[in-house]
Amino acid sequence: MVIRELSGVILTRGPKLCNFVEWRGYKVVYKRYASLYFCMCIDQEDNELEILEIIHHYVEILDRYFGSVCELDLIFNFHKAYYILDEILIAGELQESSKKTVARLIAAQDSLVETAKEQASSISNIIAQATK
Amino acid sequence: MNPFSSGTRLRDMIRSIRACKTAAEERAVVRKECAAIRAAINENDQDYRHRNLAKLMFIHMLGYPTHFGQMECLKSIASAGFPEKRIGYLGLMLLLDERQEVLMLVTNSLKQDLNHTNQYIVGLALCALGNICSAEMARDLAPEVERLLQFRDPNIRKKAALCSIRIIKKVPDLAENFINPAAALLKEKHHGVLITGIQLVTDLCKVSTEALEFFRKPKCLDGLVKTLRDVVNSPYAPEYDIAGITDPFLHIRLLKLLRVLGQGDADASDCMNDILAQVATKTESNKNAGNAILYECVETIMSIEDNGGLRVLAINILGRFLSNRDNNIRYVALNMLMKAITVDAQAVQRHRATILECVKDLDASIRKRALELVCLLVNESNVKPLTKELIDYLEISDQEFKGDLTAKICSMVEKFSPDKIWYIDQMLKVLSEAGNFVKDEVWHALIVVISNASDLHGYTVRALYRAVQTSIEQESLVRVAIWCIGEYGDMLVNNGGVLNIEDPITVTESDAVDVVEIAIKHHSSDITTKAMAMVALLKLSSRFPSCSERIRDIIVQNKGSLVLELQQRSIEFNSIVEKHQNIRSTLVERMPVLDEATFSGRRAGSLPATVSTSSGTSLNLPNGVAKPAAAPLVDLLDLSSDDAPVPSSSGNDFLQDLLGVDISPASVQPGTSQAPKAGTDVLLDLLSIGSPPVQNNSTPSDILSSSQDNKSSVAKLDGLSPTPSGGAASMIDLLDGFVPNSPKPEDNGPAYPSIVAFESSSLRLTFNFSKPPGNPQTTLIQATFTNLSPNVYTDFVFQAAVPKFLQLHLDPASGNTLPASGNGSITQTLRVTNSQHGKKPLVMRTRIAYKLNNRDVLEEGQINNFPRDL
Repeated sequence: MVIRELSGVILTRGPKLCNFVEWRGYKVVYKRYASLYFCMCIDQEDNELEILEIIHHYVEILDRYFGSVCELDLIFNFHKAYYILDEILIAGELQESSKKTVARLIAAQDSLVETAKEQASSISNIIAQATK
Repeated sequence: MNPFSSGTRLRDMIRSIRACKTAAEERAVVRKECAAIRAAINENDQDYRHRNLAKLMFIHMLGYPTHFGQMECLKSIASAGFPEKRIGYLGLMLLLDERQEVLMLVTNSLKQDLNHTNQYIVGLALCALGNICSAEMARDLAPEVERLLQFRDPNIRKKAALCSIRIIKKVPDLAENFINPAAALLKEKHHGVLITGIQLVTDLCKVSTEALEFFRKPKCLDGLVKTLRDVVNSPYAPEYDIAGITDPFLHIRLLKLLRVLGQGDADASDCMNDILAQVATKTESNKNAGNAILYECVETIMSIEDNGGLRVLAINILGRFLSNRDNNIRYVALNMLMKAITVDAQAVQRHRATILECVKDLDASIRKRALELVCLLVNESNVKPLTKELIDYLEISDQEFKGDLTAKICSMVEKFSPDKIWYIDQMLKVLSEAGNFVKDEVWHALIVVISNASDLHGYTVRALYRAVQTSIEQESLVRVAIWCIGEYGDMLVNNGGVLNIEDPITVTESDAVDVVEIAIKHHSSDITTKAMAMVALLKLSSRFPSCSERIRDIIVQNKGSLVLELQQRSIEFNSIVEKHQNIRSTLVERMPVLDEATFSGRRAGSLPATVSTSSGTSLNLPNGVAKPAAAPLVDLLDLSSDDAPVPSSSGNDFLQDLLGVDISPASVQPGTSQAPKAGTDVLLDLLSIGSPPVQNNSTPSDILSSSQDNKSSVAKLDGLSPTPSGGAASMIDLLDGFVPNSPKPEDNGPAYPSIVAFESSSLRLTFNFSKPPGNPQTTLIQATFTNLSPNVYTDFVFQAAVPKFLQLHLDPASGNTLPASGNGSITQTLRVTNSQHGKKPLVMRTRIAYKLNNRDVLEEGQINNFPRDL
């Protein structure tokens, strides 16, 4: 319901209007990239302009990771988008301001996953061979 | 593309869901997939667990229920491999929230993972904990997280810092444990750890005063200032550069922390002045990043303790923001200016013109903010131009905004108008433009003002007449207009009281009646309007005898109305017009001036209770009206000028009575003696003949204003008779046979005789007078209370109020229990000083409270029968 309500509010706003809406006592900051809207809901005291920067930070990192990210990338790899988000924000607070560091961390974890997969496939190969 | 964690089946599922053309199709696909997943869960399938979890998460994001997958998450987390844990934790964060009890089961896994050798797994655990933990989990795992704050790997340290934030928010008691580790983090060089450390400290300070004290110490504070200076002055660093500024996030976090530390502490604020000035002046503001920093800086400057120069700097920055073309910047500036007003209103006033422009902006958010800001800026000197601008804008604004705008204009005009004629003009414009948005109490107030401005009556009624010609659909305008035309119709037709700024206009009697007729017949007029129109017609039938027949015809048309109110009025007024011409003119005489002080006091919601001293609070009515500057109660008591009866004591009904029925409201104080029939009393008021009657005790509910209902808000004439069914018949009886009720003649003995000040069936109060020698203005009154009922009264308290020219002092009473049936009495001495001795007699309003069988009883009354020369 939250999504539906917010979509209604944000999608109806024109292009030249400012990127902030007030909603249920909070502020919602949104930024539009082509057909995609990134929204963040913040308290009254937070700095809206900074949130715009954070959104942009995230999008740039996504861009670097996927290589010219597009909407489909995010849909089919939503879990990766989440992993990246987890490296940038925890509990709503900024975690890392260096894109390079984030990229490095994600890459490290991805390679862990790779190795684990290789191990698993090699073991199952062995077992499969053994039980033939 | 990593084929491992998103197996073809996941991608296929996503593709097939996206290919669905209808919602029903989608539901079918989802149902199939869920069934497959459930089967896999039941079989405890290890291989595809991660894939299933990913699918579950996608389905969850679409909005379908997925609680059956929660245990899968837990199993996934518990398994040994990194990929399973990764997806398990993600599932945990997406599919669960802190309210689920299942979450508790994860605590053990989390604990183990927090101690894992693989630091990425530790990282996963910290992330999950930080996003979703509940208070119990926080308590359990806090020691682990604390330890991790000092871990060798910066990645872990920064995650631990953010996790700690959540922990202290959930369990504030644990905050003290984190103070020292947090302090260590502030000295880090790694930006990530530094940022998170700063955030931890900021939240610590918000949660715990001990932490605040700790971090305010100069050692710490200086360190922070130095860090900020370093980052501001740092050379180009490609890793952290955004728009030419090195790590703006770090800038902003530091500024925020400085704000928390500097707020309320002058020494701390002094430390930061230089660096704040440097940031404010050196930061480039052509990119959003720079503006974000400036914004934060301005916020900080505004919040910390006063430093004149910095504040000026800050407001200048805001001024620049205001003229920026970027909407975001302007919005943010308006926001900040609202806070700045409390600090330095003068400076903000300088930007008034720009702010006014923002009210007309295309962007709804900006308009709203700007309007609020304008209302804060209004004062006596600028109210005229501001109002003009806003009213001009009212015409072109769009509907959702009009309501807001109207309300704000009305309140501005009311508070700050310098003179009545301007007030009336502005209100007429607003009513013509947006009358339907105007609240009831606003136009009530307008009528009060109009009635008080006797020299403007002619002007007002002519202006209203003109306005109604063009804007008949604005309901409130119509109501005010027909009230005025009813009251001052003669001035309208005779061009009475013309001011030289007016254009000449001729209005015939029939024109005036036309307007009222249109109002009655118009399709959008509601009951209140029609009812008011009826009364207006009655008044006009008296003022314009030649139109009497025509008016009668109009009134009669509503005889069969389905609305009781209209029907009743129609019949009653008709009968007045037909049969009672002799008293008709007195009936609809000009209304006495509505007392503004009382009205505003009433509006503010509280009529002050009688007090035992005479100091009233003065009301501030900056309405260009000569303020009585006295408590409403005092005006009520100013009986020497006019025998206007005291208005009733219930809220808005007061004015509704006046507007609906053309009589001064009868005072309805319960608790006085010798009551003639209620009907007769009220009728006396109606006719403004005779002295104010003594009121009836038995109908404390207002005779005139029994209904609180706003729709038939205007008090009914049927209120005149004690029984609602009386209606026209009883009124005619009353009209035929009334007798003026003159008060008892006073006993004007040479000495000062005692008087029975108050008597009811249950209580008697007698006053004995004496004068202390040498001071003719002072009178000593010995008050004696006697209980006439067979029950004992306890907690007996006597209170009195006097008008302004008197001073009253009450000595303590002899006791507060009044024995029954006159078997004893309470005495109390009062001392009254009459500054108008010889010119005005004493008057007093009393309130007696006591407990009867543990029930509270209140008796109020007014004492008018003091000997004249006291």
